[in-house]
Amino acid sequence: MIETTVQKNTRLVKILIVVGIGMFGFGYALVPIYNVLCDITGINGKTNLEAVKEVLYQVDKSREIRIEFLTTLNEKTPLLFSAQTSSMKVNPGQYATVNFYAENTTDKTLVVRAIDSVSPGLTKDYFEKTVCFCFSEQTFKPHERKTMPVRFVVKPDLPAQYKTITLSYTFFDNTEKSVKK
Amino acid sequence: MSAVVAEHDDHEEHHDHGPAKGLLRWIITTNHKDIGTLYLLFALAMFFVGGIMALIIRAELFEPGMQFVNPQFFNSMTTMHALVMVFGAVMPAFVGLANWQVPLMIGAPDMALPRMNNMSFWLLVAGVLLLASTLFMEGGAPASGWTLYPPLVLQTGKALPFAIFSVHLLGISSIMGAINIIATILNMRAPAMTLMKMPLFVWTWLITAFLLIAIMPVFAGAVTMLLTDKFFDTSFFDAAGGGDPVLYQHIFWFFGHPEVYVMILPTFGVASTIIPVFARKPLFGYASMVYATAAIAFLSFIVWAHHMFTVGMPIAGELYFMYATMLIAIPTGVKVFNWTATMWKGAMTFETPMLFAICFVVLFTMGGFTGLMMAVAPSDFQYHDTYFIVAHFHYTLVPASVFILMAAGYFWLPKWTGNMYDERLARFHFWMSTISVNILFFPQHFLGLAGMPRRIPDYAVQFSDWNMVSSIGAFIFGFSQLIFLYIVIKTINGGTGEKVSDEVWEDAHKHGLEWQLPSPPPYHTWSTPPAEVPTEHF
Repeated sequence: MIETTVQKNTRLVKILIVVGIGMFGFGYALVPIYNVLCDITGINGKTNLEAVKEVLYQVDKSREIRIEFLTTLNEKTPLLFSAQTSSMKVNPGQYATVNFYAENTTDKTLVVRAIDSVSPGLTKDYFEKTVCFCFSEQTFKPHERKTMPVRFVVKPDLPAQYKTITLSYTFFDNTEKSVKK
Repeated sequence: MSAVVAEHDDHEEHHDHGPAKGLLRWIITTNHKDIGTLYLLFALAMFFVGGIMALIIRAELFEPGMQFVNPQFFNSMTTMHALVMVFGAVMPAFVGLANWQVPLMIGAPDMALPRMNNMSFWLLVAGVLLLASTLFMEGGAPASGWTLYPPLVLQTGKALPFAIFSVHLLGISSIMGAINIIATILNMRAPAMTLMKMPLFVWTWLITAFLLIAIMPVFAGAVTMLLTDKFFDTSFFDAAGGGDPVLYQHIFWFFGHPEVYVMILPTFGVASTIIPVFARKPLFGYASMVYATAAIAFLSFIVWAHHMFTVGMPIAGELYFMYATMLIAIPTGVKVFNWTATMWKGAMTFETPMLFAICFVVLFTMGGFTGLMMAVAPSDFQYHDTYFIVAHFHYTLVPASVFILMAAGYFWLPKWTGNMYDERLARFHFWMSTISVNILFFPQHFLGLAGMPRRIPDYAVQFSDWNMVSSIGAFIFGFSQLIFLYIVIKTINGGTGEKVSDEVWEDAHKHGLEWQLPSPPPYHTWSTPPAEVPTEHF
């Protein structure tokens, strides 16, 4: 009787410990699950992370999409950062180029990374960049000023409900991390 | 009954022993009653530590402007108050109750894994001490709120890795406690105690223990990701490296929402145990209580994002989380209805445990209703991160969980010690607590609706009056708890001098196995399982 209870306990405890370890793994599994869900639902509006080849689209002259540009600096990133214009109008299928300017305000070399996103998030599938400073880390020599063009297209199959797309860039200071590497 | 006791004494003579002598008893003990006592006393001590932190917060908020502490320390206080109360006071108190009561209630001689039981208690102490030590570190204790959201939490000074290891220890301790409770309930019941004859306190703890095993590892994973983001250059939550800080919020609340039910489900169990005894009626709707508890536990896993409506979500997501959250009101409503129906036409008496239990039913329902208000996604944008949410969760935690812990203390302390507590003083404690808790938290609803944000040390002058009222309530409430401390110490040391009977409360033996044992119960009980179990709760 006593023996069987001990055996039952041991078996149950083993199962429960496995469940506990499994749930620890599940916590990590939530990372890829989240990324897939973001992709489906457009939660964080991530557009293409790497350059795509320029493809010619049939330009849709019947409508204009307003593209707004936002430039943000993550806390304490010592840059001056601006866009050539706050907004522009494009026809779907037509490539456009807009310049962004950034200037290192320090006497040190900076390694920065720009992360972009579009809003509304679901327009991410219809927004493509062929040239962008966000595809790789940018190095700024002391007080260096750069003009960085972004070439993009809104695909002609953009659903009619979207009239405005906001493209936002945030610069993060990665200098410390890249020094470690 | 007498046969059981005789057998038990017999058993002790053969090969068993009483407690070890001296202080060492409390360090090496594997006895469920000793460990239960340790948990409860530790939780009581942490209740006062967390309470002092709350009074520092309320003292600073007594008037607008900066009075006593700097903003950094203020935010450390809100963070540490929450962590200490959740992981140091409420959860350990319920584990302590489970240690004392589960074996007595199901007719088991001890917990299934006594040595692990000892270890989970001492890991808890280590975890809380490690957490408390962060207060004295360079850069101060974590000040990002108990949710530890990145990137803010990554700005914590030297304390960050210590706080994270402390969460790991507390998590391991809770998981070990939970495994022990599940093993005890599933394998150690008296043969006559079938699952659907178990007291509701045992049922709710069984379900809570499964919640703990499911969620504590996820939280441990989330804080581990914080640790590697900070020190090992991973980018789980770092946007610059391709991560997303919002991901942390999803993982945290996947843990966090079931976690708040970890603190309320055993509360439901104790209320369902106390109310029938003083209503002198069986619990109304026993089976529906069990299913409602299971339903609440299940729903707790699929509603987490209602904590983060404002963070950005597709409209379909907002609607889903809104309706799923509202669904929880149904099983919870079943419970409130059942408690009310249990009291309906009962021959009620109002001893202190019953007073606290009735107060719990009323005030918890209020806390539930404000929860329902915040479940409505469009209006949540108004309440989010204001004092309205502070009022809401304090109503579900203080006059609910904490009051039921007080009720449990008054209800079972005479059984555990064999001494009666001072009923007059206990009622005084009840009225002081009930009145002051409402002075403390009710005005916070007004402050929140008027737009006062939470976690700030200073505020606009139009919030002055109600903050002052709230702070006055806080100090009355805080000092009223010294009455409870006095009553507990006095009861342990002989109480009113009146020795209580085995069943303590009139006809309690019909409601639970523990009332069929002597008061106080001997060091080892139910060495032979009881042949019959009370079925009064059907």
